[in-house]
Amino acid sequence: MNYDLTEICKDIRCDILTCIGHLGVGHIGGCLSVVEALAVLYFKEMNIDPKNPQMPGRDRFVCSKGHAGPAVYATLANRGYFDKKELLTLNQGGTNLPSHCDMNRTIGIDMTTGSLGQGFSCAVGVALGSKVETDGATIYAMIGDGESQEGQIWEAAMFAAAKKLDNLIAFTDYNKMQIDGTTAEVNDLDPLCDKWAAFGWNVIDVKDGNDVDQVAEAVAAAKANRGTGKPTMIILNTLKGCGVQWIVDLGTANHNTNMTEEQAAAAIREIRGED
Amino acid sequence: MEMRAVYAACLAEMMEKDKHVCVLDADLSKASGTLALYKQFPEQMFDCGVAEQNMASIAAGLSSYGFKPWIESFTPFATRRICDQIAISISYAKRNVKIVGTDPGISAELNGGTHMSMEDIGVIRSIPGMVIFEPVDEVQLRAAMPVLNDYDGPVYVRLFRKQLPVVFNDDYKFDLFKADTIHEGKDLTIFVSGMLTADVVEAAKLLSAEGIDAEVINIHTIKPIDRETVIASARKTGAVLTVENHNVIGGLQSAVLEALAAEKIPVCAVGVEDRFGEVGKLPYLREAMGLTVENIVAGAKKALSLK
Repeated sequence: MNYDLTEICKDIRCDILTCIGHLGVGHIGGCLSVVEALAVLYFKEMNIDPKNPQMPGRDRFVCSKGHAGPAVYATLANRGYFDKKELLTLNQGGTNLPSHCDMNRTIGIDMTTGSLGQGFSCAVGVALGSKVETDGATIYAMIGDGESQEGQIWEAAMFAAAKKLDNLIAFTDYNKMQIDGTTAEVNDLDPLCDKWAAFGWNVIDVKDGNDVDQVAEAVAAAKANRGTGKPTMIILNTLKGCGVQWIVDLGTANHNTNMTEEQAAAAIREIRGED
Repeated sequence: MEMRAVYAACLAEMMEKDKHVCVLDADLSKASGTLALYKQFPEQMFDCGVAEQNMASIAAGLSSYGFKPWIESFTPFATRRICDQIAISISYAKRNVKIVGTDPGISAELNGGTHMSMEDIGVIRSIPGMVIFEPVDEVQLRAAMPVLNDYDGPVYVRLFRKQLPVVFNDDYKFDLFKADTIHEGKDLTIFVSGMLTADVVEAAKLLSAEGIDAEVINIHTIKPIDRETVIASARKTGAVLTVENHNVIGGLQSAVLEALAAEKIPVCAVGVEDRFGEVGKLPYLREAMGLTVENIVAGAKKALSLK
């Protein structure tokens, strides 16, 4: 089935805003910056079945920047893994939708993440498992740019290249912001593409990681890389808070911020072009 | 046989039977006794290099793919160095990963203080969901390995690498969650884990010669501790001594005290008195840390005097 990915991105963004607005606080900026990647994976590229979420040999996605949980939940709900109404339970006591991804609570979540750096190694382990099983699956992982300051990321990077895990396609959500400031101010990652290339990865630099066509093109190119023995890192140059101007304007303050239901409703009108 | 040879032989048997059993190393497979398995099982052995954090989380990922990974390193690097990976990637995520730490406590000998974990049980014991197993001898280890492999959850195995005196007979039956009463007695109970168990057996003989009838119980699984056995024996004898190759804070003594918190029974301890390790061979380190048969005898008498 062919989906209109631009419309899907709008739907995912609106659902992120609805559930975080309902709660009143959340990791808004870094959820909105990864939407295009999630839409391309779950609505175009991944071999998955929402009716059979544990399908053997399925493609998998590990959101190593686990705080983007709400973005993944909105994507899963739109893809039919569970009822959209459940999104309103985000972070309520007893919910199956905690702020950070939990494979034991949420249908469709492939790995528990939240302690930065670890999910990426887990994804490497999943990719290794798939290689050994020769089931042909593709393993996707999303890491944050701030997360890339963790040493464990580079341990995993070295290992994945050494073991020739070309079934692993990773993304860096390079929105260039973290909690204490810009990544340039706090602990600069540049030149990020060169670092991944030096670690033996196939690197694709996506100029606008919030342009769904550019992201789709990059993922297709990464899949074509299979057989070369190199894992792929897709650097997504993104905008933290993408889609809602006042959230973008908060800058680094949009990492985890308050939002009322009224603000969420206005933001949704902005995304829908209704203002 | 050396403990690591028994361990490696058991792994080989398990890998032969089940291709999902796999082993991950952080450049210490030679020390763990598993190096030869790389040739025999190339698709089930993965050396991650000197990167323990990555190894732990990769194992969690493999587990989500249906594998049954065993990860190995020296005890401090298998626990305190990767504490968060064990907590989050493995236990919080309910991953079936076995963590093997070799050279516990003073058995790190010439590697000295940096490699001598006195706190690993304490670190792991405070993480929900973890099981902690420390074998006494090759008989118990051989019996335990398939049970550990079949147990669907994370276990920390505190493994002495070299040869240990054999304590158990060939007809030994292992239950992961049941402590082993090695010798029944009526005057006091000595709870012991790991390499010091044979020393406690010897101490009990010396005590017996002095007319003191000590009950000797091996706590091979420190978490969850067999509360039923601990409480029943302590109530029966009315005095307790714990003996461990670990800091007295956080290890066996703490686990026994927690079990006996509501009992009015004196508990004394022979263990490492809240200090770091240092280089030396075992006889020196036993003296330096107070882990001697003489100290066990003295500790038992002290516990008796508090009855």
